[in-house]
Amino acid sequence: MRQFLLKRLGLTLITLVLISFAVFLVAQILPGDVGRAMLGPYASATQVSRFDHQLGVDRPLPVQYWTWITNFMRGNWGQSYLLSTPVRPLVFQRLLNSLALGAFALLLILPVSIGLGVVAALDQGKFGDRLISIVGLSLIALPEFVIGILLLVVFSIQLGWFPVASTVPSANPVDIVRQLLLPSIPLMLVLFGYISRMARAGTIVSLNSNYTRTAILKGLPRRVVIRRHVLRNSLLPTITVVSVQIGYLVGALVVIETLFNYPGMGKLVLDSAVGHDIPMLEATMLMVAIIYMVSNLVADVLLAILNPRIRLAE
Amino acid sequence: MQIETPDPAMIPLPVVATAAPGINLPPRASRRQRARAVFIALLHSKTFMAGAIIMLFWILDAIFWPLIVPHDPNAQDLLSTLQRPSGAHLFGTDDLGRDVFSRVLAGARSVLTIAPAATALGLLGGITIGLVTGYYRGLVDDVLMRIVDALLAFPLVIIALLVLAVLGHSTLNVVLVIAVVFTPLIARTVRAAVLSEREREYVASARLLGEPGIVVMVREILPNIVGAIVVEATVRLGYAIFTAATLSFLGLGIQQPSPDWGLSISLGRGFLQVASWMVLFPALALATLVVSLNFVADGLREVLSS
Repeated sequence: MRQFLLKRLGLTLITLVLISFAVFLVAQILPGDVGRAMLGPYASATQVSRFDHQLGVDRPLPVQYWTWITNFMRGNWGQSYLLSTPVRPLVFQRLLNSLALGAFALLLILPVSIGLGVVAALDQGKFGDRLISIVGLSLIALPEFVIGILLLVVFSIQLGWFPVASTVPSANPVDIVRQLLLPSIPLMLVLFGYISRMARAGTIVSLNSNYTRTAILKGLPRRVVIRRHVLRNSLLPTITVVSVQIGYLVGALVVIETLFNYPGMGKLVLDSAVGHDIPMLEATMLMVAIIYMVSNLVADVLLAILNPRIRLAE
Repeated sequence: MQIETPDPAMIPLPVVATAAPGINLPPRASRRQRARAVFIALLHSKTFMAGAIIMLFWILDAIFWPLIVPHDPNAQDLLSTLQRPSGAHLFGTDDLGRDVFSRVLAGARSVLTIAPAATALGLLGGITIGLVTGYYRGLVDDVLMRIVDALLAFPLVIIALLVLAVLGHSTLNVVLVIAVVFTPLIARTVRAAVLSEREREYVASARLLGEPGIVVMVREILPNIVGAIVVEATVRLGYAIFTAATLSFLGLGIQQPSPDWGLSISLGRGFLQVASWMVLFPALALATLVVSLNFVADGLREVLSS
């Protein structure tokens, strides 16, 4: 187990270093002369080059990368070109806002999707299964902003129940629901499609397994077989899909936060990419990668704990 | 250690509509007979037909909209802006007095050009790479799989957003970025199909006959994995529509004054409280297109896997 952990950790670190190269390179080839962009068209050429020198953007790329990554590790993430504020506090604040939205969606939809996925599997091929599957299938295909805009038209405009733009909620539970429910529904619907499908597939696999047949044959009641033997094993693939969906969530948040004007991480990524705000873009992209890698790592470790075959396979 | 992440698209789904009649053919049926049987089974699949009819409507609309629109989609009428849906303007008018109904009909063209073009390019690259890596294995194969893993670390929208910020926003760039991201993903599916085919007897006998690798790949293996490729292509086309629309919505794709649906929704967002019809109808149009394509993909998967 220990060896397994170390190996996974090592792989994660290597991937992160590779991603940091990629992020740095992409940020570097963004068009635009940084000094010129910040000083404006009336600055002289010497002023621009002095400013570039001050920022360090005229040094060779490997030196710049090293400066950037060591500063990043020390917690010095630089100043935003666009907003002229320190990058780090803003990234963390936005991250927390997005986390509130993502966690709200995930917590509400997870039990529902797993539950309905299992129900669909137990009802395999019958009406309930078909209904759950076709609804899930259609929901996956719909872009988040289409669902979001339909929700806005019905619930904010026609019924007036929710605000047209969401802000960060206060601790008041009513306010949390009021601000977060509408933007999180598109996320929930897509997550429902994926997670319920995985839960269904996992349940079918374990229903058809030898251990389930043995449990039935030795006379255990159906209820006990399902709870003790089927459910436990059917949830394994679901863990993987949830961790993969965290990566999806980050992408979807870009869209949802733009649509609902919610001050989260996704909107920050979009704004800094469009505005060529390089320090901000590098920091946000690296955070996205770290979040994704860590959630994958946690899922793999969880799976290894729950399923000895994986960790012993090495 | 790599834990295979199951792709939800690969998990068999329940037969959603009434079961398509099985394809019963003699083992020596020719390719032509087989194609005919698949075609008939598709005609009997309710899921496929429902999706295909809606798809067909949008495709015809994308080609022939100039003949059916009641107004010029770009004609401004500043005296009648933000008008509610009425007899004169079925879906109302937008902030510049343009007819929303005409714009919805005209808006199908951009998404139905970008998505198929991107998918076709991705297929071209993906099939080539998938065939070669699956057939020869080796180093290229390993490298490809690492690239796929790394690509999956970022959501497609974020990769596209970064690339478009670098290259600039143009329709061509949207096509290219989707195609480039699709290539390794399609290659992975093709590779998997090739891996199982290459162990078959017909491949061994073709090799024994001394056929060169390229002939074995294109003449022997490719025709036998067409089913898998067709299903993959429809699934990818769905994602391409999804991504192209999302990029337009984010303002990174096609630019004004195009009647593109994603762009219309993005611009109409600001008028939500005074003219919700500006966003409602393009959103419904996009929803019907995407869902119909999904039905087609599901019907195909159901028939081709039986």
